[in-house]
Amino acid sequence: MAHSFTPPSEQALDGSAERLKRIRAGLGKRHARERRFRALGIAAIAAALGFVAILFSMILYQGLPAFTQANLEVDVHFDPAIVKVAARPVRDAQQSSAEYQRALLDWERKVTMVNWNRVLEQSIKAAAPDFEIDTKSALSIVETSERFRLRDMFVADPGLLGQTVKVKMLASANADNWLKGNIDRSLPDTQQQLSPSARMLSDRFMEDGQMRFAFAWHIFTNSDSRSAPASAGLAGAFIGSLYMMLVVIVLAVPIGVMSAVYLEEFAPKNKFTDFIEVNINNLAAVPSIVFGLLGAAVFINYFRLPLSAPLVGGLVLTLMTLPTIIIATRSALRAVPPSLRQAALGIGASKTQTVFHHVLPVTYPGILTATIIGVAQALGETAPLLLIGMNAFVAQIPGSPLEPSSALPVQIYLWQGNENRNFFEARTSAAIIVLLGLMLMLNAIAIFLRARLERRK
Amino acid sequence: MNTAIVASLLLLMLGFAYQLGWSRSRNMAVSGVKIHSRPAYHASLVAFWALLPALLVLGLWALFGDTATRTYILAQLPTEITSLTAADLEVTIRRIRQIESGFGVVGEAQTYENSAAQALREFRALTFAFVVATAAATGAVGLFLAQRRINPRLRARNEIERIVRVLLIGCSVVAILTTVGIVASLLAEAFRFFTFVSPIDFFFGTVWSPGFSSTGAGASGKYGLLPLLWGTLMVAAIAILVALPIGLMTAIYLTQYATPRVRGIVKPIIELLAGIPTIVYGFFALVTVGPFLAGIGSALGLDIRATSALTAGVVMGVMIIPFISSLSDDVIRQVPLAMRDGSLGLGATQSETIRRVVIPAALPGIVGAFLLAVSRAIGETMIVVLAAGNSPFLRLNPGEPVSTVTVTIVNQLTGDTDFASPQSLVAFALGLTLFVMTLILNVAALFIVRRYREQYD
Repeated sequence: MAHSFTPPSEQALDGSAERLKRIRAGLGKRHARERRFRALGIAAIAAALGFVAILFSMILYQGLPAFTQANLEVDVHFDPAIVKVAARPVRDAQQSSAEYQRALLDWERKVTMVNWNRVLEQSIKAAAPDFEIDTKSALSIVETSERFRLRDMFVADPGLLGQTVKVKMLASANADNWLKGNIDRSLPDTQQQLSPSARMLSDRFMEDGQMRFAFAWHIFTNSDSRSAPASAGLAGAFIGSLYMMLVVIVLAVPIGVMSAVYLEEFAPKNKFTDFIEVNINNLAAVPSIVFGLLGAAVFINYFRLPLSAPLVGGLVLTLMTLPTIIIATRSALRAVPPSLRQAALGIGASKTQTVFHHVLPVTYPGILTATIIGVAQALGETAPLLLIGMNAFVAQIPGSPLEPSSALPVQIYLWQGNENRNFFEARTSAAIIVLLGLMLMLNAIAIFLRARLERRK
Repeated sequence: MNTAIVASLLLLMLGFAYQLGWSRSRNMAVSGVKIHSRPAYHASLVAFWALLPALLVLGLWALFGDTATRTYILAQLPTEITSLTAADLEVTIRRIRQIESGFGVVGEAQTYENSAAQALREFRALTFAFVVATAAATGAVGLFLAQRRINPRLRARNEIERIVRVLLIGCSVVAILTTVGIVASLLAEAFRFFTFVSPIDFFFGTVWSPGFSSTGAGASGKYGLLPLLWGTLMVAAIAILVALPIGLMTAIYLTQYATPRVRGIVKPIIELLAGIPTIVYGFFALVTVGPFLAGIGSALGLDIRATSALTAGVVMGVMIIPFISSLSDDVIRQVPLAMRDGSLGLGATQSETIRRVVIPAALPGIVGAFLLAVSRAIGETMIVVLAAGNSPFLRLNPGEPVSTVTVTIVNQLTGDTDFASPQSLVAFALGLTLFVMTLILNVAALFIVRRYREQYD
């Protein structure tokens, strides 16, 4: 120990005035030092809390605007002069089902060949009849995915031909940027994404209320998209993450709990179990990217499992979360009072019965918390997934854990790297808000269930 | 489809076996004979013996079925095809499988391909039926033998408990297998890399420029580890410089000064930082902290880039704060109150007590926390991928971009899963380096913490 107090000598007890004065004089300095130390502590806490506050407020500040997007509501006229297709085939009695399907497919192909861009252009121009604008600029205001929506509307209801309906269309990412002020309005034309006329028209639509900001539901219902960035959503990544979490829960929880039970309740204390213990503690601190390397070498290269599949991602994340669950379950088991075990053993229960009927049920709240911590950790993990190909661009919502898919954190990684920074910086923050919201929800569920389970005891 | 059939068959068999075992032993118990084990144990035992052989058969098929199918395809092909090079043969086999599965192939299918696919289809249907039948038959035999053993004196419970014990041990071994898998895959692939590049050039090389496998740079690229290692250490050092003072002072204040109320509020908020996914920190560094630091730099006349070792280090430090603070919190609270009270009673101020008594007593634990934090900083990936700038040169200035071991693993292994080129294999050599570094730190930390943990108990 570093401290060195000289024991009070006889003289000091005599109360030598000289000495007392020296102590008094030192006291002020010592108290000042005490105050400084305390202030340092407070400063450290303030710094840590400040970081939390800045991080969350920056993400919210950037991300919240992305949840609303500009929508243009215009009258769309399905002009028979442009939409020149025969009537939708009707199934007659002699036709077989396959023939009918073929005819229908043929018809749909013809519908796709219709110049929907013209339809779009006409409706945009009709919304501002006195405004002179070229085709390209007019079309750059709405997102490219909208022409397919018009086609789908027509396929669903061919009766629209020749009619005029009000359609709410998603503004393009560039128009959205311009209207939200994400792009500097004073930049010269050469640095603007939209032509001058398109910018003026967007402003005009905004003024007369045809263009309005609305909640962007498609962030939750659409998958990622490259050609139509404004319509890009998180649904595919969410489902991918969901599959992975299911794999983690199905594999990591039983295996983790069982090995914790073995190590804590059954294992003899010997070199082998000691080795397992050191091993698990070490695995808990192995960098996550090493698990990614393991996945790439073993699951992808050796077992030839498909790239980008949530199943493989789930397996890698399972191995990664296993130590967390084992360690937490073990400490929950350790907290069970020995009297419980002794009572069960005393009335003749076997060791296995004692553990599974009496000890383990008491630890359910602890296991639940451990599971949720582990799952939340796995949900936010990115690095290992990059190594097993989950950073591939996937435009569909995966239908099974073996189909290629993205994951929420990987989607964040992909979006932050998108070239359209003005638009995707906000979109990325929005995705982060969704991810953090999910994690918060998981934790809230954990706290709620834990409180309930503990009350029942 | 097939998996669903097999799974439902297995479940059906399981249910049947359990029911059979239960009703037979139950009848015995009802008829007044005193039986050793309760019906549930007898039932589980029968179900187990019915399931095990069936699972074994299915497992064997999963392991060797693919090889068998392949051999069969080869047998179907004319000799001029089987004498092709291995790569061409692989392509042919893949084409046949695609025709067989109904996906179709690029280009016109050859006659021999079609006939082989047809034969393969029949072979598949036949083997599937055969495997399922065998599994069912062995299961039935197991079921028959197991249910014949049911008698009042059968110690079914003991047998079940032995089985459970084996299952538990099996689960504990998963953790060991993971470590073995990591070490084996890293070593194997790293050795393959060292057949291209000598270990001396790798570990002591000062230039990192691997080139691209597509340009055929091959072994002519330069794979010097030192620039990456330097970048890793610099970022980690900056992170520790940020996290250690803040984390430690936070822990001290929260354990020694704060009222329980303040502690109850502040501690969870700081621990919130630990739950945030690292990709979020990376984005935060890229979008907020980087430009901020660059702004400060230009105001002071320093050249700090937005993506630099400093940016990544500072944000990583924030990430590690809760790690250090909660670990130190634990060890500080383990210091016996008597030591503190003794020091305070001798007239030392609180800060003197903390600095001269509490901290020295808790030092081993704090050093352990410090080592774990370093290990974590070295292995962290996403923050540096996004915010460190990825420029693998030996530079002293922390305001310049750097590259790290983890960033390079991601760069070398994403997008390209051709495991034959040194460009991707080097990722495993880097992974091995990373794994060994973190292993040493983790084991040292565990050793120190374990050795000194019970000093005062």
